Parts: sequence; structure tokens; C-alpha cells
Amino acid sequence: MAGKFTLPPLPYAYDALEPSISKQIMEIHHQKHHQTYITNLNAALDAQANALQTNNVPQLINLQQKIKFNGGGHINHSLFWANLAPYGSDYTNIARSAPGLKAAIEAQWGSVKQFIDAFNGVLLGLQGSGWGWLVRNPGEEGKLAIVSTKDQDPVTEQVPVFGVDMWEHAYYLQYTNNKASYATEIWKVINWKIAEERFTGGVVGSSLKL
Amino acid sequence: MAASLFRTSTRSVLRAGASSVTPRAGVAGLTFARGKATLPDLSYDYGALEPSISGKIMELHHKNHHQTYVNSYNAAIEQVQEAQAKEDIAAQISLKPLINFHGGGHINHTLFWENLAPKSAGGGEPPSGALASAIDGSFGSLNEFQSKMNAALAGIQGSGWAWLVQDKQTGAIGIKTYANQDPVVGQFKPLLGIDAWEHAYYLQYQNRKAEYFGAIWDVINWKTVEKRFS
Repeated sequence: MAGKFTLPPLPYAYDALEPSISKQIMEIHHQKHHQTYITNLNAALDAQANALQTNNVPQLINLQQKIKFNGGGHINHSLFWANLAPYGSDYTNIARSAPGLKAAIEAQWGSVKQFIDAFNGVLLGLQGSGWGWLVRNPGEEGKLAIVSTKDQDPVTEQVPVFGVDMWEHAYYLQYTNNKASYATEIWKVINWKIAEERFTGGVVGSSLKL
Repeated sequence: MAASLFRTSTRSVLRAGASSVTPRAGVAGLTFARGKATLPDLSYDYGALEPSISGKIMELHHKNHHQTYVNSYNAAIEQVQEAQAKEDIAAQISLKPLINFHGGGHINHTLFWENLAPKSAGGGEPPSGALASAIDGSFGSLNEFQSKMNAALAGIQGSGWAWLVQDKQTGAIGIKTYANQDPVVGQFKPLLGIDAWEHAYYLQYQNRKAEYFGAIWDVINWKTVEKRFS
């Protein structure tokens, strides 16, 4: 059972998001933080398999929060790496890379700028660790919404179009307490091509079953 | 200049009270007689807790993070006062999470600074007397308590604090964790708090938070904890 989930490689170099996100942050965030969620998720799943074999129901219940937290950490970070793109690359251009999503955003928020302002309001309003997400609700109409999830709670009921990590470890080495600057800079490295793909077709090419 | 002098003297007065809400004379442009929360001074230098906690962390943590909780708490209280004046109950209720978060941040950090001390001022010296007996009785030994507290800290899923608390009704002591800036209020009294937010250690320890939890015991001010224990 051991080693069920493994760390997905980044689709770009650790320094590719500079100057928006430093190489040092990306290295620690990916190699240490994300890896720890995976290690702990695998351990919890092993323990769950044992508990299932021995009919240990209290232990099965006890493991649920560990699986949610570490599984959520794995899902969230996997989605996050993929919805970021190298600084200055074409994918960071919403008009060229996400025409459908851009139109939907403008229809709901009036303009991309107003959308970003609203999104940053959610990011800066988080009280503690968590994530901000643009999600698409299920169904034909599939309205967009900005939501936050606390700690490592994942988005499970809607399609996560893209997410922004607001844990302090995501920005502290570079921005310290100035999280507003991080929330401004992150928009320069959002991968609008991936966002468009998730907006139109859900999350694909992933073993995360979202 | 006058304003900064006034501010300094106000702050030194406030060091005695953890709530840091005290009446003060009105200053220009302020119509409320009611006092505002202010950032308490530290009783030691920013670098005094090294090597357990770096001077840079202490400076940012105190001057920026704690100050932001103070400012945001004052802003939220002003909004509450406006809502009260308008008898807008819904607005008052909707402001409660902001009071809890920023007021909690102010209380928690104030208690935290006071339950830390440089080694030269007794930091890390074990508790004595009734508190030492209570810890031995509840946990077996100080070492056992510390390892249980460290396990509680390591188990926090997100931002939060771990506290040694005392049950106001039974007098029993125990370890409790609180999410985000939720303060220790109600049934329990805070005796000793350790900040497990990433901003409390990240510049020095990054993801190695267990090292921070190990090192902080060298700068715990048990004399303060003894005074809180009754």
C-alpha cells in the first residue's frame, strides 16, 4: 500500500514564477510542504486499510480528519501548481488564453478588474490559513463563484477553475506580513489556459478525480 | 512630537493590563472618550529570545502582525459603535467574527509576549511550587507535559495556538488547541500560550516547525505562568 500517491513534478522550473513568487518559496512549498501532505496521506490510507481489515470502526472514524486534511493538501497543491504559469508567458494573458472564461467573468463581475478586486477581497478576508478559489457550479448554466476554503479543505462539489494558496508558507519568505502584495502579484502568474480548460471541461489529465 | 510622546506614555501605562483598553483623554479629531486598544511594549529586546526566536521574527511579529490585529480590532469596534448608535442589530452580529479574530489576535499575542522571556531573565527555568505540582500531577512530569504540548502544536491543521489552560470551575489544568485567533475565554483560563501560526517561526524554521516547538521551551517565562495559575 505504501507510496500510493507521489509528488507530481512541477510543469515549470522553480524560478519560473519570479519575481512574483521566489524560487526559494517554490522549492520549499513543493518539495517539503506538498511532499509532507502526500506522505501523511499515504500513511493515513495505510492505517485505514489496516483498520478496515480488522473491523476497527473507531479507528476508521478517527482517520477521517487526517485523510481530509492531507488529501485536501495534496489535491489543492496539485491544482495550484497546474494553474500557475511562468512569469511573462503567454498563458498568463487572459485575453489570449481564456476567451470563454474571460467573457463569463465579465458577464458576472462587469470586468476582469472588478473580478480580481472581489477575489482579492476574499483572499485578504481569510482569518487564518486557507485558499481562495474561482469555482464553476455544476449544471449547464454553470455559474461562476469566488469561494474560500479553510485550512486544506478541498473544493469537492464544484469545478475548481483555479486556486490561490493563502497559507503564510505560500508567501512569507518573500512578502512577510504584506499579504496584499502577494495577492496582487499572483495575478501575473495565473495560468489562464488551464483555467479555461477547467472552465469548459472540468479538471482533466489528473488522477485526482475532480 | 507631542503626539508621539503621548503615545509612548499611554503605552507604558497599558503594560499593566492585558486587555489594553483604557480610558484616555480625547485627542484632536477624536470625539470618542472611550480608549483604543494599543500595541503593548515588549519587556525585552527583539533579539533577546535568540537563538530560539530570531530578532527579525520578533520585530515583524510584534510591530506588524500584532499591530494589525490592534488596528483592525479598533476599526471593528468603531463599526460596532456605529451599529449600536443606529440600533442595527444585524450589523452588530455580522461584526462578531471580526471582533473574535482581531480582538483574539490582540489578546493572544499580548499573553504570548508576557509568557516568554530571555534566558538572562529566567526564560526556560522550570516552574516551581503549586504549578509544578499541578503539572506533575496532571502530566507526570514537566518533560511529559512539554512533549504532549508539542504533539498538540504539531497536530494543529492550519493556523492556531496551543494553550495550557485551567478550568475555572474545577481548577484542573489541561492542554487545548484553538483555531486561528480564537481566544481562551469562557470555561478556561489561559496560563501558557504558544503561537503555531507560520508567521511565528517561518523565517527561521520554514517547514521544520517541530524544531521551533522544541526550541521555544528555552524562552518560556514560567514565572508569568505561575502568576496566572491559581
